[in-house]
Amino acid sequence: MNAWLTHHRDSLLLALRRLAATPLNTLLSLLAIGIALALPAGGQMLLVNAMQLASGAAPTPQVSVFMTLDASRQAADDIGEHLRKRGDVRNLRFVPREETLARMKTAEGLGDVIEMLPKNPFPDAFIVDPKDESPAAMEALAREVRKLPRVEHVQLDSAWVRRLDALLKFGRTAVILLAALLGVGLVAITFNTIRLQVLTQRAEIEVSRLLGATDGYIRRPFYYFGTLQGLLGGALAWLIVSAAAWWLEAPIEELARLYNLEFALRPLAAPDSLILLALSAGLGWAGAALSLGTHLSDQ
Amino acid sequence: MIRFQQVSKRYPPGIDALSIVSFEVAEGELAVIAGHSGAGKSTLLKLIAAIERPTGGVVLVGGQNVGALKRAAVPYVRRNLGLVFQDQKLLFDRNAFENVMLPLSIAGFPPREAAKRVRAALDKVGLLEREKALPIMLSGGEQQRLAIARAVVSRPKLLIADEPTAHLDAETAGDVAQIFRDFHQVGVTVVIATYDAALFPEARRIILDHGRLTS
Repeated sequence: MNAWLTHHRDSLLLALRRLAATPLNTLLSLLAIGIALALPAGGQMLLVNAMQLASGAAPTPQVSVFMTLDASRQAADDIGEHLRKRGDVRNLRFVPREETLARMKTAEGLGDVIEMLPKNPFPDAFIVDPKDESPAAMEALAREVRKLPRVEHVQLDSAWVRRLDALLKFGRTAVILLAALLGVGLVAITFNTIRLQVLTQRAEIEVSRLLGATDGYIRRPFYYFGTLQGLLGGALAWLIVSAAAWWLEAPIEELARLYNLEFALRPLAAPDSLILLALSAGLGWAGAALSLGTHLSDQ
Repeated sequence: MIRFQQVSKRYPPGIDALSIVSFEVAEGELAVIAGHSGAGKSTLLKLIAAIERPTGGVVLVGGQNVGALKRAAVPYVRRNLGLVFQDQKLLFDRNAFENVMLPLSIAGFPPREAAKRVRAALDKVGLLEREKALPIMLSGGEQQRLAIARAVVSRPKLLIADEPTAHLDAETAGDVAQIFRDFHQVGVTVVIATYDAALFPEARRIILDHGRLTS
């Protein structure tokens, strides 16, 4: 093994020894980093799950057209005929009121209530798949369909999709903001631990320089220290998030079952986990670099 | 080996530690820098080791202008020097063996070869039996000898010592002086700053007075 590799190995071992030499300090630093990073990492996990749920719930934007309750089947057929002839309708599905009633009767908890009603409370309805799925085009289609006779209500399914989309975008921004803020926190924590390290190693640094140590030789163990501390903090954050996911799995499954949803909480995905570890190690390195630049520059 | 050409060193705010000093030390020579306290002896040695830079003149060591070195080149110059400091600068959290090992690890020596050299250096100063001892467990004379072992472990051609016998009793000081003499006898150029030049009667003397040469 050549000298350079040997020194890298020695620096790494030295950094590990220094981490192990002050177990309480190390534990506290790792906890601070781990908990700080667990927040954005956990947020990312929830966000990915929410997106999963959203994409499952709204496959394509649709327009629902409800007839008035007193509309005859003939009136509904006329509307169907009209819709089918329109150029901007790709697909049309008629949902007769009897079908809706039958479906609702089988739904959890609703069956008994519907039994008691004197007559069918549901109107005939159409589900329209528009050719152009842009919000503006769907808006225009809805506006025109509303003017048709015996049409009680036209509902744009794109509206809640867009609201959900905006909500998810907000969530994404919040996660990024949180990650940025707590990333700065990680840099600050590393900056301070490296500063203390430099202070306690002052004699060794001075003597090493006098004996011909290069800047690289002196700085390398500190870089390893900062990077290791960041990496271990990131690993702790991953453990916290994974433990939380494991703990939440059963309650969420139960909740999803009650809402008749096919949904299981997915833990942090492998690429996200790798990004978490790489980012925490990188930020630890950056904290060390900043601290060394400040505390070792003029010696 | 060493050549000072019109060298001056002025510390802010205008204190002249050395004024227009010129001298030469040939290869294999034993030279003593003598003079009262504050005469500029330590400053002179620091200029040789590139710990300080001259404010005037040229300091040549082994043909290299060490006063004009780039910062990145300084470590490699120091690796070719053996330095014994006035305050020894031992690391008190490392044992004798590890203290002497430090220059070799810095220079990237293969560990097995380095360990042999460390034991040889410790043997030379009579501390082989105490390689596991922490510096705090060593006497003043032993600490000084440990500092010498660390200075010579990389087998430099030039050995520089700043007051190596200060704070030692006469007998111990004589022992330490003998160690330097031994190195000189095997061809090492030795430069020693000392208030007690009588310890090295055979040495060439460079006498400083208030930063100026008097000899």
